[in-house]
Amino acid sequence: MFIKNYIKNIFSAVKSLLVGMKRTLYYFTHHKEIITQQYPDNRDTLILPERFKGEVVMPHNENNEHRCTGCTACELACPNGSIKVITKFDISPDGKKKKAIDKLVYHLELCTMCNLCVEACPSDAIKMAQTFEHSVYDRNQLTKTLNNPGSKIMDGVE
Amino acid sequence: MYRETEILTRANQSTAHESEDSGDLVINVGPQHPATHGVLHLVITLNGETIKNVEPHLGYIHRSIEKMCESLTYRQFIYVTSRMDYLSAHINNQACALCVEKGLQVEVPQRAQVIRVLMAELTRIASHELWWGAMAMDLGAFTPFFHAFRERETINDIMEETCGARLTMNYMVPGGVMMDIHPHFQQRVKDFIQLYRKKIHEYDELVTGNIIFQNRMKGVGILSAEDAISYGCSGPVARGSGASCDTRKYYPYDAYNKVQFDEVLETGGDSFARYLVRVREMQQSINIIEQLIDNIPEGDFQAKTKAVLKLPKGEFYQRAETARGELGVYIISEGGTTPYRIKFRSPGFSNLSVLGHIARGCKIGDLIAMMGTLDLVIPDIDR
Repeated sequence: MFIKNYIKNIFSAVKSLLVGMKRTLYYFTHHKEIITQQYPDNRDTLILPERFKGEVVMPHNENNEHRCTGCTACELACPNGSIKVITKFDISPDGKKKKAIDKLVYHLELCTMCNLCVEACPSDAIKMAQTFEHSVYDRNQLTKTLNNPGSKIMDGVE
Repeated sequence: MYRETEILTRANQSTAHESEDSGDLVINVGPQHPATHGVLHLVITLNGETIKNVEPHLGYIHRSIEKMCESLTYRQFIYVTSRMDYLSAHINNQACALCVEKGLQVEVPQRAQVIRVLMAELTRIASHELWWGAMAMDLGAFTPFFHAFRERETINDIMEETCGARLTMNYMVPGGVMMDIHPHFQQRVKDFIQLYRKKIHEYDELVTGNIIFQNRMKGVGILSAEDAISYGCSGPVARGSGASCDTRKYYPYDAYNKVQFDEVLETGGDSFARYLVRVREMQQSINIIEQLIDNIPEGDFQAKTKAVLKLPKGEFYQRAETARGELGVYIISEGGTTPYRIKFRSPGFSNLSVLGHIARGCKIGDLIAMMGTLDLVIPDIDR
């Protein structure tokens, strides 16, 4: 009885190993089921979903105008202090003072892509971009000014 | 005091040495060791090949998340909790959001509740898939890791499409979820379920039925139900010992009281039982997703909340079942915009504490296998 069990165990053990080996061999011969992506080579065809959170950007239209009013809602919403809004006062032609942004400084190195600033923005001035290759040699390059030089606020955005 | 100094001196001395009096061998595993899945430091006292004592040393990845949360508002602190147990980031966020909602007494819309449960269960599958691959790799099998990652990748793509990130999503906010689900979400999840059903038999063929795997798992690291309870274990570690502790069943939150699922229980208490619990739990998660995916109610995905959240003065506690066990979030509020104190009861910490108990008397070769079945995520233990 003991011998019978012993031999039975050996056969079941060998069978279990062969079943696993069969699976490995199946993938060895079925190349179409391999799903590996050749990442740096497939950059041109790589499409990231539109919601992917890569970095914060401020879209400008063709007249170099943005929608940011300088309300600092994003600065207050940010948990890490990645955003700093520097405001100035524009003097409109009729002599009134109007608050506007001078610079919207964005620290990419501090940002955790939590999307809270985009959610907080009342005028949809900032959004998340799909870029993700952020490596640079000098960390100063990661501190960015989001508004283009010479840009101004779009008409009708309050 | 003497004991502590002794352990520290032992830890600081060279990798292995024999103490003069007893002939015991003290070995340091980690903090930089691939089998500890993170920066965990184990000081192992050996008698020959038999383990006499295992002393885990923590603190190598302590980021003081609890203290950080005290200076963040109730909207902001949720994102940090993704970095605790990063494999079940959604469920961590969910627990925090639920706790804040409890304080605010906000009614979460039905749609948001269902989306939350769907996301949490997808996270649970992804976490168990990764554990399954890493578990097999701990025992020397490298191929299963890639098989597990193939399915996990599909979940990550779903997350990426809807939440915008693959690992630290920050998708749950107080009052609901941050964005509505992507139009393709339902179809993608159905495709995933199909793929999963087609591939799940490979898991048993490759690992579960394998004789080497079974011999290394069965009868190793036995934990009785009483010990599991007295050490405060939760999740699959406790359920592998037959201690019923599923928070989703006992304290249902969000839409869990609307779905039918079984609490997976094994009575073996050994490494193999804990393995089986996790593999069968993936099946239960698939069942939950199948019940909900066609029945996402219409409506808002977020309740209307004030721009600045203020919790009333008092204490709030909420538990949630992460992939590793019971996560507790405890908020003390003084009535301001930031919490006075936050405490997280992380499942990994209690599950790790049992390691010394189950490893005592076993051989050193089995230690890594036992540690694998505890499913440790070190940032969750240290916080």
